[in-house]
Amino acid sequence: MIRSATTQAAALLGAAVLVIGIAMAQSSDSTQAKFDKAAYAELSKVPAKAAVRLNPLESDSEAVAAGAKLFRRHCAECHGADAEGGKKAPSLRAEEVQQATPGTLFWLITNGVVRKGMPVWSRLPEPERWQLVSYVKSLRSSARQPNQ
Amino acid sequence: MTTDAQESPYFVTYDHYLEEPGSLEVGSFSNFSTQRRGGDFVAYWLELEYGATAWWTTELYLDGQSTFPDSTIFTGFRLENRFRLLQSEHLINPVLYLEYEQISEADKIMKEVEGHDVEADHATPNAVLRQGHNHELEFKLLLSTTRNGWNFALNPLATKPLTGGDPWEFGYAAGVSRPLALKASPRRCRLCRENFIAGVEIYGGLGDRHSFGFDETSHYLAPVIGWNLPSSWTLRLSPGIGLNDNSHQFLLRWGVSREFSGFGSTVSSWFRGRR
Repeated sequence: MIRSATTQAAALLGAAVLVIGIAMAQSSDSTQAKFDKAAYAELSKVPAKAAVRLNPLESDSEAVAAGAKLFRRHCAECHGADAEGGKKAPSLRAEEVQQATPGTLFWLITNGVVRKGMPVWSRLPEPERWQLVSYVKSLRSSARQPNQ
Repeated sequence: MTTDAQESPYFVTYDHYLEEPGSLEVGSFSNFSTQRRGGDFVAYWLELEYGATAWWTTELYLDGQSTFPDSTIFTGFRLENRFRLLQSEHLINPVLYLEYEQISEADKIMKEVEGHDVEADHATPNAVLRQGHNHELEFKLLLSTTRNGWNFALNPLATKPLTGGDPWEFGYAAGVSRPLALKASPRRCRLCRENFIAGVEIYGGLGDRHSFGFDETSHYLAPVIGWNLPSSWTLRLSPGIGLNDNSHQFLLRWGVSREFSGFGSTVSSWFRGRR
């Protein structure tokens, strides 16, 4: 009898954890549903030493295509299939992002913005993160062609 | 919508990466083990892992096992939470792991090895083992770093039984892994080296509060490989060997999991209705 009660209590606890988790995720979603200039404030918080790093794959002819593939896999869910932003994350075609240095974008991909819902992506090897940077920077030239 | 999450290949060790916010990962894992003085067995667990926020992941495990030629039984459940302690990446990244488990002594998934867990514990028939219950809290400190594609993870653990006045038990797990390629190819592919992550993990018990150390403990060494498919599926395989006489001689673990991105949004929309 005692064990049964404990099991029920544990099941309720588990259900509560799940509901709270989903609620927190959705709360996070809704607070970020609209993005304004403030959403890009994190770009200015990147350490200067990291911001000046150059993209070692700048001249790699395959980096943009590989970065596009990685973007679809890991980033499009939040930033949108065309990187124009979604419910959870801002557009990467915005002027603030396109004017950011490669090192700035690399640092943000690596460290995320955990308190605002962007996970760290250091699990991707460093060359893959630079490929992502190459892709994001390539959006500058296609910024006026949203369907591309 | 689905995404690939570049899952770690580990079965026992945890790195510091949490589930993406709003994503649900559903996995089915198995552990075959040889058993001296008893029947070999396959233990299995269903894992539901949900990213509540970028700093909090919660999980539910449902465990079972089949012992040959004995029987197949459900052995209990575990609730687990992982909390990222630091906002950005550091040299070593700590994550706090808290688990509540209510399992019978017939549980054999060996997701963690602790205290004086030894092979002989699993030799008793299921009918007897299932009479005993483990109702306990488990704490782990997940320490992990990734450098040049290599992930290094160390998980010290401590367990406190909530009934019976048993002492704190201790254990450890450690792992190292690396993708087979560090650059992505531009084409979509299943067999590209970038989709495979290989490594090795080692884990075992460290006794309890009254007898800390390696006496009467078991330890395992297990190569691991994970295959992250472009379709959001991940396959894992790990053959393991026992490192002393108290350990099972051979383990073979395998698992398949799939990630569902946007799960939280979908569930939320069911209750919110159309906007």
